Order: sequence, then structure tokens, then C-alpha cells
Amino acid sequence: MKTTTKETSQVGRSIPRLEAREKVTGRAEYIHNMRLPGMLYGKIFRSTLAHGRIRSIDVSAAAAVAGVHRVITAEDVKTVIPDPYYGPVFHDQPILAMDKVRHVGEPVAVVLASDPHVAEQAAQLIAADYEELPAVFDEVAATGSPVIVHEVLRPAGMFPDFKDLAGRKNTNLHLDFKLRRGDVETAFAAADHVFEHTFHTRQIMHTPLEPIVSLAESTDSSVTLYTASQMPSVVRMEIARLLAWPENRVRVRTAFLGGGFGAKTYIKVEALVTVCSLLTHLPVKISLTMEEQFYTITKHANTLRLKSGVTKDGRITSRLCEVWWNGGAYADIGPRLTQKSGFTAAGPYDIENVHIDSYAVYTNLPPAAGLRGFGIPTLTWAYESHTDLIARALNIDPLEFRRRNLLREGRPQATGTIMKDAAIDAVLERLAERMDWHAPFDRGSGVIRRGRGIAIGFKASISNTTSVAIVNACGDGSCSVYCNTVDMGQGSDTALAQIAAEALNIPAETIKVIHADTDVTPYDMGTLGSRSTFHMGQAVKLAAEDARDKLLALAAELGLPPETTPIAQIFRKKFGMQAGNVVGIGTFNPKSTQPDHATGLAENITPFWMIGGTGAEVEVDTETGHVRVTRLVNIADVGTPINPGIVDSQLSGAAMMQFGCTMSEGMEFDAGQVTNASLADYKIPGIRDMPDQIINEVVEARQDTGPYGAKGVGETGTFGVSPAITNAIHDAVGVRLTRLPVTPEAVYRALRAANNDALEEE
Amino acid sequence: MVPTAAQQTIRFTLNGKPVEARILPHHNLVEMLQDFGLFGARESCGQGLCGCCTVLVNGNAVSGCLYLAAFIDGADVVTVEHLASAGTLSPVQEAFLETGAFQCGFCTPGFVLMVHQLLDRNPEPTEEDIRHYLSGNLCRCASYREIIQAVRSAAEKRKSCATG
Repeated sequence: MKTTTKETSQVGRSIPRLEAREKVTGRAEYIHNMRLPGMLYGKIFRSTLAHGRIRSIDVSAAAAVAGVHRVITAEDVKTVIPDPYYGPVFHDQPILAMDKVRHVGEPVAVVLASDPHVAEQAAQLIAADYEELPAVFDEVAATGSPVIVHEVLRPAGMFPDFKDLAGRKNTNLHLDFKLRRGDVETAFAAADHVFEHTFHTRQIMHTPLEPIVSLAESTDSSVTLYTASQMPSVVRMEIARLLAWPENRVRVRTAFLGGGFGAKTYIKVEALVTVCSLLTHLPVKISLTMEEQFYTITKHANTLRLKSGVTKDGRITSRLCEVWWNGGAYADIGPRLTQKSGFTAAGPYDIENVHIDSYAVYTNLPPAAGLRGFGIPTLTWAYESHTDLIARALNIDPLEFRRRNLLREGRPQATGTIMKDAAIDAVLERLAERMDWHAPFDRGSGVIRRGRGIAIGFKASISNTTSVAIVNACGDGSCSVYCNTVDMGQGSDTALAQIAAEALNIPAETIKVIHADTDVTPYDMGTLGSRSTFHMGQAVKLAAEDARDKLLALAAELGLPPETTPIAQIFRKKFGMQAGNVVGIGTFNPKSTQPDHATGLAENITPFWMIGGTGAEVEVDTETGHVRVTRLVNIADVGTPINPGIVDSQLSGAAMMQFGCTMSEGMEFDAGQVTNASLADYKIPGIRDMPDQIINEVVEARQDTGPYGAKGVGETGTFGVSPAITNAIHDAVGVRLTRLPVTPEAVYRALRAANNDALEEE
Repeated sequence: MVPTAAQQTIRFTLNGKPVEARILPHHNLVEMLQDFGLFGARESCGQGLCGCCTVLVNGNAVSGCLYLAAFIDGADVVTVEHLASAGTLSPVQEAFLETGAFQCGFCTPGFVLMVHQLLDRNPEPTEEDIRHYLSGNLCRCASYREIIQAVRSAAEKRKSCATG
């Protein structure tokens, strides 16, 4: 094979995204834009109650509207799928509400019409009669509440460690992850100081600008789903399971996603459109409105209690963490998050005695699951606020206090897993440098006070997951990558092309990445948890190397000089014309160990660690409580970046997302109804909210087990943002915010309270 | 079904060409453009707050999701698809591409159109001008830093086109 690019390696180049042209011309393909001939639009009739038993549903008026094709309820669903409950961890979520509604906004019926406006209007004519049941909303109260959201727990079986929960009754607690290391109580008794703090977060909505949208087209023996999904393989398996069909009768296709952030994982409306299409023999599309998305999937509200024993010279000897995850009415992937993130709840510190309880709790709120960080930004906010408070109380510089306790390479993490390829200290040190931590700092005067804060967090990658990739070389030498990784803006098409290009020694720009079509593209667990660069990256690398080796062998067999013959010439010699293919395949399944059920300990908890540190400088207006972030510094260990330009934009994008969760975002409820379910009332960051200065930097690092030294990056920028900002606010004005978001009102109230002049609650 | 009598035919200029469309009174501009195979204007928030549905009507940016198609009768409509002529990207599109001023790309057409309008009216905007002008467009991937760079770069490109 001719090596035209030997001197310029394909990885490490900041090439523009392969699809850049389509995106700036408005021609990029999204499922939201798809229309099929004869297609019906579905509009969902939703519960107005947080908890109630369904007495009756009257769809007659809706069905009588001219232009309405059909109205579907759970009774119709059952004719296609007798047990229509789905979910990755628990089979707890009905495709349409059966017997009970468990949260406001739960789908109860769907109206199908060829004009979406007709369907929408008709849906408003449906009447449901409920017996109202008492509801429970608070995650701590729900653990001991007589109000039970699900009568019986039904583990899905996908994760073997949840099997023993099957059949458990009369509990809203659907996972209690425990980690026990050493003996915290003895250590607390022996400590010079013990500190305890409690923190709270509110529910957040992912707000992808392309909504959750799926379109199903079916025959009697097959269904094709066009869906804005981060997990095409899992969608296929779940739909096949529900229909009791083999996987190969379900075809799942995706396009570019207009953002995902975790909202488009597992299945959302895929089962509903599938049933509607099978019942009507027509293509059916459902696009959620922005308001409906608030009722579909969210990020958990939390209560987090942390307690630490510390020696007088600033060594943390013990830490207790209790974390309640408000999972809403359906578990989705929440219990997995409760466990996977739970074991890092004590932070990136070397602590001898650790006690963690991480609780997944059902309530009558909209379902919650992962949002860019899978719980880590929330945990980091709590432990880095707690850590900062301890440093301040002991009058130790927050940087120095972290240095004394930092979890370093070769030391055991709370689970017992020995840290490797985790540049925690390098991230902290570089953060201090970029923040000019030891330089004099202008603290402001008068009304405007200035402060600064730092924070550092870490995340374990998802474990025991598989990626498969195919690389196909055509007769003219052009190559394609077939994989189910979905490009939702993170730049995976480009990064994977660069990885394949490196192995094949051809320019990345010449490679085509085929978007998910499960009839063609092989299995991948999903595009989530920053796993694609590492997992799919390795699978693509293996596939490309396989193709390369086959081409080299073919060239040698044909008597061509293997290293210098262009691919096209190999095929021409072999077939006498431009013809044929060489197909390489790669499968990657890094092994790790699950935490022990009783102790939470594990020898090898993760394939790799992600490290993110953030520093913030803020100005607080003490008259209004308004906080302006003047500087945000994000430092990360991403291994060796495949595409430094895209990595940089991922870091600031992630940081800005968490900035929104910190400063303005938070769902508000009245009896389970979201009272700010629109972009008019729910404020995501706009261009004017940007900090004056954002600095991103990756530390020099290498993930030995990753493709060309790389590892995941999509979530890393989120970790430290919230605590860096609240630590900076504390530094500026001496008040501690223990609830997110830190709106001007919250800051102003805290300032007044600190001044013994608290404002009355509304 | 809305009675067909309610249908009306409108005539307008779409991306430089005279066209006509059969529409219903409740159809908005985004839906009507889809009938012409134009998907660059996208409904997202449905309230005119995100800017994904931006379309230029008589030279002014409007929210296509709130703009009734009936009001387009006689108007001059320009969508993002019209900006690249004969396969050549506009300086604004080129600048967005070069600076990587997008991630998922869903909001990008709205930003690109707004930046066109901004630079038509204010060829040398300050950073404050840029932030002010683009405050009605949301990017959940938060490529704002790169977008500001792209606007600066586009302004330079347009200046050198004009003088060159």
C-alpha cells in the first residue's frame, strides 16, 4: 500500500469535521427533517396528574375529528405487545399508561393524523378519568413514604447485579449501592475535626435543540425505525424483545443528531411509533415539542450529605457520602448511574476510610437519567464544595489542601482499584498555573466583590461494553467505516475517520463514516459516557488494521511491493478491473470487574479514568446577587487527543452546559407539573451568558489502552464547573450556596441571611 | 380536517425564484419550506426563542415557526440554502467551517443567517455588538466562543472581498 502521508500522521490533526459543509449549508441530515409518503403524525395525550389510577379514557371525541386516522391507547398496544413494559434496568415503563399514571406528562394515548395540527387539536379532546392517589416528590421522603410509585420491582435482566431486586414490594428505593472501605465511625471518633454538609440539586432538562423524534415504517414481518438515538443497537434489541422478534427483523437507522447529551439513550418514543405503525400499516412519526421533552427525560434532582474526618494538619482520614437520586417515576438508566457514579462520591482523594450509600429512588416526577457526566458533575459539586469548606475552616489554601489529599497514580481508589493513566495531579497543578493561583488577586471593592475557586473531579468509564466496527476498502481504494457510533455533535465521525486513516495510511478526509443502519452496521453498546473515542476508536483501529493486513497480504500474493502499491492497483491486479472489496473487522470489549455487592470494592473498576478540573473567577454584585463569571479555566486529561480542535470545543461545550446547570437551569414543579417547561422560563445559556474568558487545556497524557493513546472527552469539561463557581462566590462574598442553581435571587438571599437580615420565603 | 376551501395559493420569491404554494391558514413558514425540500430552517422551541427556524423575509430575520405562511404572499424569502452560490460557500459559511463554529449543527443555519444580517448592517461589529445581535439564537452545544471568532473572521473575509 502506498504511503503518501507517512510524515503527517492522521491523528493529532485539527481537521474540520467531515460534515462541516453540510452543516453550514443547512443540508445535514436529521431525523427531525424526515418525511415518508403516507406518513402519520402522532400527538400524545398526557397525564395531568402526578399519581392516579386510570378509571376510564374517552377518546370518542378525538376519534371523531375529521382527519384523525386513529387514536391509540394501552388496550391497543397490548394487542401488539402483551407485556408492554420497557426500560434498560427495570421493565417498569409502559409504552402508554396502563392502570396507573405515575407522573404528570406520562403518555396515556396518542392521536394519529396526516396533519400534525389535526392530531394535536384532537388530542386535546381526549378525556381521562382518574382516581387521584397521593404523590411523593422528594427523594429523601420517598424512601420512607407510604406512597409507593411501583408496587413491585421488575429488574430487566440486562445487568445481572440487579437481579436480586426482582419481586421486591412496597419500596420506592430501587437500588442501594454501598461502598465500605475501612471503618469511618472509628476514624471520625479519632479525627481532630469532623465536618458535615448537605447539598441539593434540582432536576435539569437536556434540551437538545433537535427534539426526541422517531419514525417507524413497518410490514407484517419487519419494522424500520428512523430515530434520533444515541443507541441504535440497543433500540433494536429492546424493540425486538418487546415484539418477541429476532433482532434481524428490526432495522434501526440514525442520522446526525441535533444534540443528545444523554436524552436520546435507550428507548424513548421508539416503541410507541413502532406499535402505531404496526397497528395502522403506515409510517408513523412522533416529534416531541420542547415542553414534552421536560416530561420525558431529565437529570436527577439530588440530596447529598457528606461527612469527613480530618487531622489537624489537613489529611482527610474518613469520608461518608449519602446520595439520594430522585429518579422520577421510571428508572430508565438511573440505577446504573446510582452505582457507577456512586463509587466516586468521595472524590479524587486518597482516603483510608470511605462509606458510600447511593440510593436510586422512585418519585412521582418525570423520569431522570444521565446528562453529560452520568451524575459526576453533581457529585463533584458536592464533594468539591465540601472539600473547599473544610480547607477554609482549617485555614489551609484550597489548592494546598487538595494536594495533601490527592489520589495519585498507583494508589487505590475507594473501590480498591489502583489508579493508572489518571493525571489527577497534573490536572490540578496545571489548573493552578493557568489560574495564576499564587499571584496577587484583585478582590474588588464596594458593591462588586471578586473571588476565585477551583475544583477537580473524575469519572470512571462505562465498563464491560462492546464495540464492533467494519472497515471496507473499495476497488478504487476509497475506504468506509461502518459503525453504530452516532455523531451528535461530538465529532465522532471525524475522530473515527482519523483513527482509521492512521491505520490505513490514507488521508482522513477521504474516509466515509457510514451512519448507523443496523441492517448493515455492526453492534455497539451506545454513544454515551464518553466511551466512543476509546471503545469504538479501538474497534475501528482493529478493523482498519485487519483490512490493512489483508491488503498487504494480497499485494504480496500478487507479487506487488506491499508497502508502496496503491490500494486501487492491488484490486486491479487481482480482478483485472476496478472491482472487489477487502473488509476488516474489529471487536473491542475491555474487561473490568463489577463492584462487590456487599462492599462495593473491585479490583479493576474501569477501562479508563477521565479527569477534569475547572477554575472560576467571579464578580458578585452584592446589591443584586448577580454573579458574573469573568474567567473559566478548564483543564483535562483526555489522553492524547485525536483531533485537538474538536477536543477543545468539547471541553468548552461541556463546561458551558454545566455552567447552565449551575447558574440558571432548574425545573420547577407545582404538584408534579413543570411550571417552567419552555425556553421562555427555563434558561439555557445564550451567547451573552458566556464568561468573558474561557480557557481550555489538555495536560500531556497518554491512555496506554486507548487508540493512539486517546480516551473519552465529551463529559470531562462538566466535572468541576459548579463547585469552582460556588467556591469562587464563597471566596468573593463569604457565603456558601448549597443549592443549585445559584440564581441572583439565591445569592442575594444568602447574602441577606449571612447579614442576619434574611428575606422572607415566598 | 380543515376544509379545502380554506386553502389559498400564495406567490412569492423563494431564494431568488418566483414560486407559488398551496397553504392552509395555520401553516407556518417552516412547514411550508419543507414542501419545497428546504430543511435548513428547523422548528425547535416552537416559541421563537431559539433561532433554529430563522428565515430572511424581505431582508429581515424572522422566526419561521411563528410566522404564518399566509403572510409570505408577495414577499422575498431567503433561506440558508441560498447562501452558497454555485457550490461556493459564502464568507460567513466559510468562516463557520474554518473556525469549527458548530458541533451538532442543528442551530447553525439560524446563526449563519443572523451573522449575514449582522454583517450587512454592521460590517465591523465589536464583540459586544456580536453578543447582542446573536442573543436570540441558542446553541446547546455552546459553540459561542467559536461563533464569535467566526463572525470576526467573516467580517475580515467580506472586507477583503469588497476591497479586493
